[in-house]
Amino acid sequence: MSNRRSFDVELADLKQDILRMASLVEQSIYKAMEALLNQDPLIAKGVITGDDAIDRLRYEVENNCIRLIATQQPMARDLRVIVTGIKILTNLERMGDHAVDIARAAMCVCGRMPTKPLERIPQMARMVQHMVKDGLDAYVHGDVEKARQMCAMDDEVDEIYNLTFQNLISYMEANPHSIPCVVYLLLVARYLERLADRATNIGEDVIYLVTGEWHELN
Amino acid sequence: MENKITIRNLNLYYGDLQALRDVNLDIQERQITALIGPSGCGKSTFLRVLNRMNDLIEGVRVEGRVLLDGEDIYGPDVDVVQLRKRVGMVFQRPNPFPMSVYDNVAYGPRIHGQKNKRRLDEIVEASLRAAALWDEVADRLFHSALGLSGGQQQRLCIARLLAVEPDVVLMDEPTSALDPISTLRIEELLQELKNNYAIVIVTHNMQQAARVSDVTAFFLNGEIVEAGETHKLFTKPRDQRTEDYITGRFG
Repeated sequence: MSNRRSFDVELADLKQDILRMASLVEQSIYKAMEALLNQDPLIAKGVITGDDAIDRLRYEVENNCIRLIATQQPMARDLRVIVTGIKILTNLERMGDHAVDIARAAMCVCGRMPTKPLERIPQMARMVQHMVKDGLDAYVHGDVEKARQMCAMDDEVDEIYNLTFQNLISYMEANPHSIPCVVYLLLVARYLERLADRATNIGEDVIYLVTGEWHELN
Repeated sequence: MENKITIRNLNLYYGDLQALRDVNLDIQERQITALIGPSGCGKSTFLRVLNRMNDLIEGVRVEGRVLLDGEDIYGPDVDVVQLRKRVGMVFQRPNPFPMSVYDNVAYGPRIHGQKNKRRLDEIVEASLRAAALWDEVADRLFHSALGLSGGQQQRLCIARLLAVEPDVVLMDEPTSALDPISTLRIEELLQELKNNYAIVIVTHNMQQAARVSDVTAFFLNGEIVEAGETHKLFTKPRDQRTEDYITGRFG
């Protein structure tokens, strides 16, 4: 029984657009890790060029959000849907950038990576991917509990990051010749850690969307 | 923040028809309280309770307590004329008297016994200044008020009300007959007036309620569904009916 059917359609479209953007970003992260693990510069290149599409989509959808605010004067949940939409878009766009960062690092280490020092980087990547997926699930279903659980994973990622950081430094001390390569792995670990932070931000956005309150979960 | 008006268990009947049901609300000093809700929800009736304008309608019965500074305005020895001096009202359509700008503003003080010409001059100027109209009418104080624009007329009505030094200003859709620029001038004026008065405004314009008020009360079918801080009510209302109304998905 809505008097605002066309507005409702636009809000539903917004959700779809965000999911479309999220799936591009998820793919980008996946591919960037694949490029690193398989040392495949072609895949890495694909991630880098693919980022343009993510950026374009972000501005397109963000403009839509601004138009809805200007023309529909959204209130209450509608307002929260649009405001969190904008924030999630920003977070996703930055996540896309981090995927590019990882892809660039992958290109730098291609063909000269020692196997040992990958450490728990693949595990971190899996956790991050899991977080992104759960964050978007929580967004779609307005699931505060899932958002919270997802954000709790960030602490684990941080812990693994700290360990990995230490281990990579020890490795470089023991194997100075590896430094030009392993230093990129340090960066990758750092990008993954940032990705988890971004996912946590999305969790916070979801909680605001549902409850109207901001909770720092980072 | 002090309560200027305290409303407790208010019920109002037009004959057999109950128009307000168990209404409780605190109207605070130096705050703007907005009343919103669909047509016929009782918000204007409620506004008129606050200075007993409903007394003029036949068959109205009021139950409950309405305390102005702690005193029941429906008490047996309340002087209704004095009450309406303390609790003034601005209406939807500007209704200046068909007389000069000056006489419009001086009307109230004269009725209440002010005869001193110099004192009246002072009151007129101060009131017009407070209503943000002085600069526009200073050189035509003795021209007919009916020659002013709608927005100016509404500010003149506000000046006329301020001239009798009220405590509370009630406004019943004060900008619904005005263009957007005049509307914004009135809204700006409200922000200045609230430093000295408790203001209660009925508005159909939800964005206006959101823009100008500190507290918003949502009326539905004669009841207050929800009342609280405006910014909370418009971002995260507690009640689904409020949500439906303010997002335009009502009924």
